[in-house]
Amino acid sequence: MTGQLTLSPIPTAGGAARPRLARWRERSILPGFGLSLGITLAYLGLIVILPLTALAIRPWELGLSGVWATLTEDRVAGALKLSFSLSAYAALLNAPLGVLVAWVLVRYEFPGRRLLDALVDLPFALPTAVAGIALTAIYAPNGPMGELAAKVGLKTAYSPLGIFIALVFIGLPFVVRALQPVMQDLDREVEEAAQTLGASAWQRSIHVILPTLAPALISGVTLAFARAVGEYGSVVFIAGNMPMKTEIAPLLIVIKLEQYDYAAAAAVGLAMVAISFGALILINTVQLFLARRGRR
Amino acid sequence: MSRKPVVRLPGIAPLLVLAAVAVMGVLVILPLVTVFHDAFSKGVGAVIAALREPDAMAAIRLTLVVAAISVPLNAAFGVAAAWAIAKFEFKGKSLLLTLIDLPFSISPVVSGLVWVLLFGAQGWFGEWLIDHDVKIIFALPGLVLATILVTFPFVARELIPLMQDQGVDEEVAALTLGASGFVTFWKITLPNIRWALLYGVLLCNARAMGEFGAVSVVSGHIRGLTDTLPLHVEVLYNDYDFVGAFAAASVLASLGLVTLILKTALEWRHAGELAASRRH
Repeated sequence: MTGQLTLSPIPTAGGAARPRLARWRERSILPGFGLSLGITLAYLGLIVILPLTALAIRPWELGLSGVWATLTEDRVAGALKLSFSLSAYAALLNAPLGVLVAWVLVRYEFPGRRLLDALVDLPFALPTAVAGIALTAIYAPNGPMGELAAKVGLKTAYSPLGIFIALVFIGLPFVVRALQPVMQDLDREVEEAAQTLGASAWQRSIHVILPTLAPALISGVTLAFARAVGEYGSVVFIAGNMPMKTEIAPLLIVIKLEQYDYAAAAAVGLAMVAISFGALILINTVQLFLARRGRR
Repeated sequence: MSRKPVVRLPGIAPLLVLAAVAVMGVLVILPLVTVFHDAFSKGVGAVIAALREPDAMAAIRLTLVVAAISVPLNAAFGVAAAWAIAKFEFKGKSLLLTLIDLPFSISPVVSGLVWVLLFGAQGWFGEWLIDHDVKIIFALPGLVLATILVTFPFVARELIPLMQDQGVDEEVAALTLGASGFVTFWKITLPNIRWALLYGVLLCNARAMGEFGAVSVVSGHIRGLTDTLPLHVEVLYNDYDFVGAFAAASVLASLGLVTLILKTALEWRHAGELAASRRH
């Protein structure tokens, strides 16, 4: 009955529509294209493009040498280094933790599994300032975990380790949520085949399961890293914010703004965006390579 | 679609489960418990007193106002963007998608900074704004703009994949049968996307009310005037008023919990009507 109606208004590849490739959009009988695209572009331009253009242009008021001088200033360079290295370490720790949590949630049934699954999103749902003061209370010298750490001689809050803990907290859901769907779709028969052929549990995990998970794992770790680099609220309380020691890059933007040094603040912001994008592109390339190799 | 977890006992399974519960317990659940524990450490009365302070009330009101402006705007944008992107084929679509997702990969502090670069005292439009006595930075419009930028992609990215999955057949059928464009949208498209729309609005709202980094840059921290609830938490905390800070934080944590519960309920009950990545 729907034979005539399922005729797609979007001409598919081949057929008579091809010669008109010069058109920038394909014909449709649906209305509202101009209106909806117009709203989209206007809003996007106003809210995203215009402000980011300012970010891209304003640092150069200082000239190339000025921007360089700003970024290589001890305090700025230290903050950038701290932010990016701690974010990378935190994202790397998120990988095994995320694999563990996702695997348990997907493969095992136990009381409270669904509750635990829902709580994975808590670091997303909890406002960052709330997470920030809570983590500080826990890891401060008189907090429950801080006391424990002090007994083995570790300083958690107000040290790079404290920042690291906050970044692990904020990044965990990215890895778990990236892995879960792939783990659910894992083909058990392949595992069983490996088992029949005499592969041990360890061999199965390393040679059969891990390669399948790799692209999702990489993308989860990347997202966690990207989030960690820019994270402010959950870090700024536990960091202690000592210049050259525990100042993160986003805090330095705030400090530059408080000194009304807009161009320097923009330079730090632009550097953060540029470095994260570079990292994202690099990781995406690796992932694409892995995906292609996996398909073969 | 049988995704029933298989019971495998005994062996390494119980150990793995325990390890996962321990990781989640220490890393994620402990901070949540701490918020409420510290808030109520001096009793319920202290919490209520802290929330009835004029500054706290003003902060709550301001947070609600900012969300009430930002969320509907981003929701309307999300619907428009999803309609254009999911229902039509045109060139430059993937670039558009990338640009829509862009705000997610920017630090919240940068999302605040960019508005200062435009509208701050030494911003591009700063002088013009001063001449015409318009206040954006250190005032409500700045808070709204920063919040909108941070929550920009939430609704659009829920709707776009879902509407792409749904295709255009139903709309084409309605139009062919003589329905107007508006009626088609209202009676066909909107019912098809309502749960995903609600889902996106829910996440957008939670982030809008809880945003800290972006608004802290544009707020100027004028007590009782430009402090939203998350900023109020910071002010109290830096004043060593820990019970007050955690009382305000417990309100925000409750908001987060309610969001989490509603979100999970939507994922369970309306799985088929959410974007595929959200189905459990």
